[in-house]
Amino acid sequence: MIPGSFEYFAPTALDEALSLLQEHGDDAKVLAGGHSLIPTMKLRLAEPAVIIDIGRIGGLKGISESDGKLVIGALTTHHELESSDLVQQKVPLLAQTAAEIGDVQVRNKGTIGGSLAHADPAADWPAAILALDADLQIAGPNGERSVKATDFFQGLYETDLGDDEILTAIHVSIPDANTKGTYLKLHQVASGFALTGVAVVLTKSGDTCQSVAVGITGVSDAPYRASAVESELTGAALDAENIAAAAERSVDGIDALEDIHASQAYRQNLAKVYTRRAIESAAS
Amino acid sequence: MPSNSKESWIFVRPVKGRHVEKEAVPLAKKVIHTTINGEAHTHEVEPRMLLIHYIRDIVGLTGSHVGCETSLCGACTVTVNEQAVKSCTMLAVQADGAEITTIEGLAQNGDLHPIQDGFWERHGLQCGFCTPGMIMAAHQLLTRNPNPTEDEIRHGLEGNLCRCTGYQHIVEAVQYAAEKMQG
Repeated sequence: MIPGSFEYFAPTALDEALSLLQEHGDDAKVLAGGHSLIPTMKLRLAEPAVIIDIGRIGGLKGISESDGKLVIGALTTHHELESSDLVQQKVPLLAQTAAEIGDVQVRNKGTIGGSLAHADPAADWPAAILALDADLQIAGPNGERSVKATDFFQGLYETDLGDDEILTAIHVSIPDANTKGTYLKLHQVASGFALTGVAVVLTKSGDTCQSVAVGITGVSDAPYRASAVESELTGAALDAENIAAAAERSVDGIDALEDIHASQAYRQNLAKVYTRRAIESAAS
Repeated sequence: MPSNSKESWIFVRPVKGRHVEKEAVPLAKKVIHTTINGEAHTHEVEPRMLLIHYIRDIVGLTGSHVGCETSLCGACTVTVNEQAVKSCTMLAVQADGAEITTIEGLAQNGDLHPIQDGFWERHGLQCGFCTPGMIMAAHQLLTRNPNPTEDEIRHGLEGNLCRCTGYQHIVEAVQYAAEKMQG
């Protein structure tokens, strides 16, 4: 399987990449690690006339701490997030999520920014990014803007990212010591994609849930925050009964996907079970 | 199928990107420089050429295999700047300037690398098709974790499929290599 022909640019500066995007409009696709785009091009599901490889742009890669936040460059690979001491200490949920993606070779090359911009409905990052209430930094012809994760994902492979924009970084607030995160996933056995993936960020006050955020991927067209679960559990005692009752609401208002791997009813059930388990784990 | 059924083949994931009419004139080739197993190479390639085809068809190193072509089987695994990658899911132009190691680059002066030795001694292969990729993935694993547990070995090789061995002898081959490499 060989991709269709395309014109290839490998800019070394962000400005240069943005001008190329402006010039070529929706004929162009941005290439990061390539682990979503290249497979779709090989299957000729995408045949962009122009590829803009942002892999050689300095400053889009790496993890740093600034003003109580982790700043993660869009070109940071899953492996770099999985193995970073800083990430493991400050936001272990990110390292845990990274470790669940694909396999070693995929994690070596695939990037967090590429995954988020591609917005596969079964990708892992969106669950964690939603639960952590991250901010996504986007560069475009009119400068930089920031968008909340909750506003970024809009549908099947659809995001808030414009055709002339590039996702440059992800900002994640470092949670306090009373806050714990968990990501639990059921792997589709052959592909490793999430049949269901649930990320929970939970803050306890004694045995009570002070606040909770639940991000769910793999279940619907677009990843989502399970707000019904969150409102049910906030302020409640973190006992088995309350957690189970809250988890029952994890697909409230959601049109669950159905495919050869899982029926709609099965996916709905998976979402509830994995939400319950993820909350139990974060609350323990 | 129910009305809300979506695209059902999980490997087939459409993305935005307009279908374009094929250009009558071939698009410009790119010159790339690579170092493969310590040897410098310069070639002009089509941007759409995959790294595995560059390594096999242009450079002529056929040890790395083309298996599934869908980033799943790992038979095409090579290291690019010391990171194991599936070379069927990377463009050759992305490897411009990179240092690449393939299975041919492991043996030194005719002596098998300890991982190759392990596959020999512990019968870590039957048909052998997956072996070059399996060894390159094991190489990545032992570089990062010289003394892995059995579980860590299995986890480290999860991106490589073998349809013959049932993996047990592969795990033993990597254990043999780990021991030998630690002297």
